[in-house]
Amino acid sequence: MAEALALERLVKTFGTTRALDRLDLSVQVGEVHGFLGPNGAGKTTALRVLLGLLRTDAGVVRLLGGDPWDDVVALHRRLAYVPGDVNLWPALSGGEVIDLLGRLRGGLDRTRRDELLERFELDPTKKGRAYSKGNRQKVALIAALAADVELYLLDEPTSGLDPVMEAEFRACVQEMRAEGRTVLLSSHILAEVEAVCDRVTIIRNGKAVETGSLADLRHLMRTTIAAELNGDARGLCALAGVHDVRADGERVAFEVDSEALDGTLRALADRGVRGLSVQPPTLEELFLRHYQDGGPAAREAPDSQTVCSDEGGSRR
Amino acid sequence: MSDFAGAGQLVRLALRRDRLLMPMWVAVFAFMATVSAAATAGMYPSLESRVQVAETANRSPSLVALYGKIYAPESLGAVAMWKMAGTGALMVALLGLIVAVRHTRAEEENGRLELIGAAAVGRFAALTAALLVAVLMNGALGLLTAAGLVAAGLPAAGSLAFGLSWAGVGVVFAGVGLVAAQLTRSARLATGIGAAVLGAFYLLRAVGDVQGGSGLAALSWLSPIGWGQRVQAFAGERWWVLLLLLGLTGALTGVAYLLVARRDLGSGLVPDRAGPAVAARSLRSPLALAWRLQRGALLGWSLGLLVLGAVFGSVASNVEGFVDDPDFREVIVRLGGERTLTDAFLTVELGVMGVVASAYGVQAAMRLRAEEAALRAEPLLATAVTRVRWAVGHVVVAVAGTTVVMAVAGLGSGAAHAAQVGDAAQVGRVFGAALAHLPAAWVLVGIVVLAFGLVPRFGAAGWAFLVAFFLLGELGPLLELDQRLLDLSPFAHTPRVPAAEVEVAPLLWLTAIAAALVGAGLVAFRHRDVG
Repeated sequence: MAEALALERLVKTFGTTRALDRLDLSVQVGEVHGFLGPNGAGKTTALRVLLGLLRTDAGVVRLLGGDPWDDVVALHRRLAYVPGDVNLWPALSGGEVIDLLGRLRGGLDRTRRDELLERFELDPTKKGRAYSKGNRQKVALIAALAADVELYLLDEPTSGLDPVMEAEFRACVQEMRAEGRTVLLSSHILAEVEAVCDRVTIIRNGKAVETGSLADLRHLMRTTIAAELNGDARGLCALAGVHDVRADGERVAFEVDSEALDGTLRALADRGVRGLSVQPPTLEELFLRHYQDGGPAAREAPDSQTVCSDEGGSRR
Repeated sequence: MSDFAGAGQLVRLALRRDRLLMPMWVAVFAFMATVSAAATAGMYPSLESRVQVAETANRSPSLVALYGKIYAPESLGAVAMWKMAGTGALMVALLGLIVAVRHTRAEEENGRLELIGAAAVGRFAALTAALLVAVLMNGALGLLTAAGLVAAGLPAAGSLAFGLSWAGVGVVFAGVGLVAAQLTRSARLATGIGAAVLGAFYLLRAVGDVQGGSGLAALSWLSPIGWGQRVQAFAGERWWVLLLLLGLTGALTGVAYLLVARRDLGSGLVPDRAGPAVAARSLRSPLALAWRLQRGALLGWSLGLLVLGAVFGSVASNVEGFVDDPDFREVIVRLGGERTLTDAFLTVELGVMGVVASAYGVQAAMRLRAEEAALRAEPLLATAVTRVRWAVGHVVVAVAGTTVVMAVAGLGSGAAHAAQVGDAAQVGRVFGAALAHLPAAWVLVGIVVLAFGLVPRFGAAGWAFLVAFFLLGELGPLLELDQRLLDLSPFAHTPRVPAAEVEVAPLLWLTAIAAALVGAGLVAFRHRDVG
C-alpha cells in the first residue's frame, strides 16, 4: 500500500519544551488512522507540522508525496482540515465560512455541501458569534467534509457534538473509507476510534508509544474476567498470564493476557464455575495504561482483598 | 447588594492582567507632563518671552484649534502645560475608553466573562470592576502627574488641578466606554463608537475655541475635553469644573448600569441579524475576506475623517480675520510656512489628520496578528492559500484603507474650504496636500507588518511607534532634542504642504522604506511558526 503521510523521528521544540520528541507516524493511503494521546501529548502540534504551519527541528515529514513546508498550495488542494480549536469570524455566517474555505481550497461541491448541512442540521444563516461550541464545530466539519480530497486531517472533530451528530460523523467517515479516502483522526473518544479506525497510533510526551491495527493492539491487551467459583480461588495467581487477582469469598476477578485465555478458562472450569462475566479488551484499557504515569492503571476496589499480587508491569 | 458580589475579585483580576501595561501608561503620561513642564521653564525663563509666545499662540487659530487656548499668558504653568492640556487629555481619554471596553465587552465577547459569571459573581460585578479600575488608574495618573509637575517646579495648586483635569477627562471617557460596551456585541465596534464620541467632543472644543468671542464659543462648554481645559490649571483654578466631569461620569455610569440590567450576557442592545446562507460570489480570496472583515471599520474612520476635514476646512478661511495686527501676521506666517495664514492652518490640520490616518493604518495592519492569535488564520492557511497571499490581503486593506481615509480627509477639507472662499481649485490643492501625508502613514503600516513577521508577540509595537513618533514631533523641539533623533519620525519628513512647496524626494524614499518594511515582514512571516 502506498503511504499517504509519514513523520520520521520528528522533533519540534518550543523554547525549552520538547513538544514532539522523535515522533514516528505513518498513514497508508485509504486507511482511517486513529491518533490518540492525552492532552498536551503533541497531537495538534503534529497536525500543524503536517500542514506546514510549524517548522521542524529535526526529522522527516512527507505528505502526499511532497514537503508540507514547501509545497503548500499543491498539497493543500488535496487535503481538508478540521482544527482542534474552531474560531469563526464573528460577523460571517456559517454558510459564508463553509463557502469561503471551499473556494480557497479550489472549489466546492454545492450538492455535497447542502447535503451535509441537512445531515448535521446546521443553520447556515447564523453569524459566527451566535453559534454554540457544537455548532461552530459543525461549521468546520462541514467545510472539511464537503471537500472532495484525498486526505482528511481531523483534530478532535467531534468535540462538542451531541451523540446523534457523532453517529452522523462516524457514518461520514465510513463512507469516506469506502470511497478509498485517507483519514487521520485525532480523538479522545475511544468508542469512536474503535468504531471507525483501521489502525491506531498512541502518542505520549511527543513520542509514539504504540502503533498498529486494532486487532494487533487487542492482542497486547488483557481480558477482564470476574467469576463466582465453587472452590478456592487461590492458585489462580500461579497461572502464567494472570494478573491483578482480587478475591472476596468465592468471587474472584482478574485480568488475563490474550494468549493465556485458553489455559485460564480451563483452570476456572476445574474449580467449578457458578457465574462468569468476561469483558473483552478495550482500547480504553490500553489507553489508560499508556496515559497514566507509572505503569498500569490502579484499579483495585477498596473492599476487595488482594490474595496475591504479581509484578504488574509486564504485558506478555 | 448581591448584584455587586465578586467585584472586588474582578478588580484584582483586572489589575493582575494589566500589571505591566497600566503602570507603564500612567508613568508615560506623568513623565510626558513633567518633561514638558521642565523644558518649557528652561525655554522661556522671562515673563516677556512667555507672554509673547502665549499671545502668539492664542492668536493663531490653527494652534488654538489643535491645543486650545492659553488662559494666563503670564503664568509659567499655563504656558508650559498648554499642549498637554489639549492633546495629552485626548490620549488620556483614549486610554480610559480602551481600559473600560477591555474589561467589559472584550471579556464578554471572548467568553471569559461567562466563565466568571458562573461563579458567585453578581450581574453588575464586571461593570463595577471596570469602573473601579478606570477610577483607580486615572486617579493614580492624575496624582502622579501632579507630583511630577510640582517636582518640575510648578505651583502645587495648579499642578493638582492639572492632574485632576486629566483624571476627570479619563474617567468621563471610561464612562463613555462602559456605555458603548453595552450597545454592541463586538468590543472593536464598542471602541469605535467611543472613539467617534471622543472625536466629536474634540471637534466641538476645537470649533468653539477658534470661534473666540462669537456665540459658537459656547460649543466648547458642550465638550468634556473643553471642560478639562476650562479647569484653568495655573490660570486661576476653577475647581468646580471638575465637578462637571465627575457628574458626567456618574451619569454615563448610571446609563451603563441601566443598560446592563436590561440585556442578557453576551448580547448587545442591537440584536444580531441573520446572515446569508451562501457566500457572495466575490468572497473567494484572502483579500476579499480581509475587505469583508475590515470594511465596516474603514467606513467608520472615513466618515470620521470626512467630518473632521470638513470642519477644519470650513474654519480655515476665517482664520485670516482673527489676526489684524500686521506684525503678528508676519510672525505667524513665518512660524507656519511661507504662504498665507489659511495655508498655515491647513498644513497643521492636515498633519493632525495624517497622524489619525496612520492610526487607522496601524490598527488595520494589526488585524494580521489578531486573526492569527484568534486561530482564524489556521483554517485559511490549511487551504490552498500561501501565507504571503493571506497576509497580503490584510496589508492591501491597510495600505489602501489609509489612502482612502486620508483622501477623504483631504476632500472634506478641500471641498469645505473651496465652498467658503468660492474657489473650486482649492479642492484639488488641499486634496493633493493631504496625499503628501500618505508615505509617512505607510511607513507605520510597514512597521506593524515587520513586527508581525519578526516578533508576533509584540503586536502592539505599532501603537508604541505611533505614539513615540507623535511625541517626538510634539515634544522634541521643546526638549531641543538632536535633529537626528527627530528625523527618526516619518512625520518629520512629510513636506509642509500647502504652506510650503512640495518636495518629491522624501515622499519617494518614505514610500520605498514602507515597501521594504512590508517586504521584510512578509519574508519573516514566511519563515516562522504560525499560531
